[in-house]
Amino acid sequence: MNAYLGVDVGSVSTNFVLIDEHDQVLADLYIRTQGQPIQAIQTGLRMLEKEIHPSLTIMGVGATGSARQLTGVILGADVVKNEITAHAVAAMHCIPDVQTVVEIGGQDSKMIIIRDGIVVDFAMNTVCSAGTGSFLDHQADRLGIPIEEFGALALESKQPVRIAGRCSVFAESDMIHKQQMGHSTPDIIAGLCEALVRNYLNNVGQGKPIVPPIAFQGGVAANLGIRHAFEKELGVPVIVPEHFAVMGALGIALLAKENNAQGKKTSFRGFSASELEFSTRSFECNGCPNHCEIVEIKQDKAVLARWGDRCHKWQDITNTEAAS
Amino acid sequence: MKITFPHMGTSWIAIKTLVEGMGHEVVLPPPPTKRTLDLGTKYSPEFACLPFKVLLGTYLEALELGADTIISSGGVGPCRAGYYTQLQGRILREQLGYDVRVITFEPPRGHLIETYRIIRDLVKVSFPKFLACAWLAWQKLLALDALERESHRVRPLELEKGATSRILSQGIAAIEKADSVREIKNITATFLEKFKQIPKDSEYQPLKVGVIGEIYVVLEPFVNLDVVETLGHMGVYVDRSIFLTNWVTENTFLDTFRVEAERNAKKAARPYLPELVGGHGQTSIGETVLYAKRGFDGVVQLAPFTCIPEIVAKSIMPRVSKELDIPVLTLMLDEQTGKAGIATRLEAFVDLLRMRRNRLAIARGETA
Repeated sequence: MNAYLGVDVGSVSTNFVLIDEHDQVLADLYIRTQGQPIQAIQTGLRMLEKEIHPSLTIMGVGATGSARQLTGVILGADVVKNEITAHAVAAMHCIPDVQTVVEIGGQDSKMIIIRDGIVVDFAMNTVCSAGTGSFLDHQADRLGIPIEEFGALALESKQPVRIAGRCSVFAESDMIHKQQMGHSTPDIIAGLCEALVRNYLNNVGQGKPIVPPIAFQGGVAANLGIRHAFEKELGVPVIVPEHFAVMGALGIALLAKENNAQGKKTSFRGFSASELEFSTRSFECNGCPNHCEIVEIKQDKAVLARWGDRCHKWQDITNTEAAS
Repeated sequence: MKITFPHMGTSWIAIKTLVEGMGHEVVLPPPPTKRTLDLGTKYSPEFACLPFKVLLGTYLEALELGADTIISSGGVGPCRAGYYTQLQGRILREQLGYDVRVITFEPPRGHLIETYRIIRDLVKVSFPKFLACAWLAWQKLLALDALERESHRVRPLELEKGATSRILSQGIAAIEKADSVREIKNITATFLEKFKQIPKDSEYQPLKVGVIGEIYVVLEPFVNLDVVETLGHMGVYVDRSIFLTNWVTENTFLDTFRVEAERNAKKAARPYLPELVGGHGQTSIGETVLYAKRGFDGVVQLAPFTCIPEIVAKSIMPRVSKELDIPVLTLMLDEQTGKAGIATRLEAFVDLLRMRRNRLAIARGETA
């Protein structure tokens, strides 16, 4: 059987989706990146290989997420695309008439406006990561509540307290004040969820027309409290797609399939890429006062790729000037 | 006097010729780098915008090289940049103890006599000799803009990535060395021909994107993280709304003599923003209107973080974008030197424009 692989390597999670020729999801995987993208990719490949049928042939591979360039090199991806496009493609696949996509991940949040099946506008948080997964993780941890239960607790609240949502520093100190005043944990968490939704709509939404159907995706969509706060604030239901946590990977798998559908040969290195020895190193180029930090990816002794230089001179991998 | 001046794209080549023509030694600061930014951020007020910080860093680097006089320009309307040179001068003299003179050129309109006095004091050679140098500097500026314009057209079509940028930098270096008008004209012709020789995909129809915004971040590639080149490499034809030659013409001659004819952008902005909001706020709106009318696929607005004129423009932009059906992407620029965030947004924007163009083509009954 033929299949297409999509991999989304973000700051917090590394996600894999495998689809068949009819766009059906055969397998999906959500693991933590933990600051080690190469390891996360290799672990994922190993786990996926165990799960799938041996007769399966990978016909195309796509990479997305903030580590898409690195992922593309490690896997031998056929398509390397930004996560905004990947999320839009997946949302339109799951909800064909979707008009608004709300995506909140580990470090960033996006809003994508879709009309008649094309993206007409998008925004991504620029200066603030309040309300994204990492912040919620941190707050759950501080309150000693597992993140999986954090959102559900918000639903028990009768009287959400008001929390400043504009900045995560303000939010945290406000939460501590309210907690010390004696408010209940569910009320504080519900207040936090509302604050974060307000912040998202102001900071990312910035007055964009939020029209249903609304897809809510990304890791934070698992949080019942945030989901509820969105519905309360917007006054309409939000749809959380079945594969909400791995939508970027699903989108890029669909794009890889589209790209290779006409029998283009994939450049996938195979599942054995999980056993290859990849190493990275970085060095400072002293060619000019920019002192660019160059990253170099090697497989055994061979240089696979370099980036980080403003002038592009290191991107030529035959350049041997590199101080070893 | 050992004179220095800020970097803004390739303008230093012409300004150097002009200042040397006045009979002074030029201390050319290095082009802005991370070090410039580090120095500038260290001694600037925290809330100042990016241009302030990069300029202050540049002055510090020039002072290290022995400069004793700084020439810079003032600002138009209610934009903080109007008092930046005064503030920078005081930081350099009072806080850091440099013995430095700062000369500010205000737009001549309303400052005609003052401008004349500054020039009279600065020019140490005979007036005809100075005029000849000024003419040479102007020709250099025209030549630089001509080559850069052509590079924007050629880059999206090039088959070998980087070929255009390589020839452009050779051309810029040649213009810098030229010392007669005839030589400049020859160089321009030679390099325009070299652009023609670059192997191109002549079938390809690039998307057309206009780049607008605050002048410093539009013109200086270091602070806009090479937006123009990045878009070009994504296969996009970029039209930059600001070239120094038009800007100089508008702000010195047309405004001074109240010629309205060329001020299309301000006129086009009127239905949306009839007021001068300082800096380039009004022209940003006007240029977007003009790009929409010229059939461009989209507009990228560049603004320093916290820039009030561009924030005003940004908040009016959704209406312009909707009424004239032109997508606009605003990028706020600050101290970040990592390109990944900008690249992600530009890539997604280009995807959006491509899908939109295909959709419009299908609607018109053409095959995409």
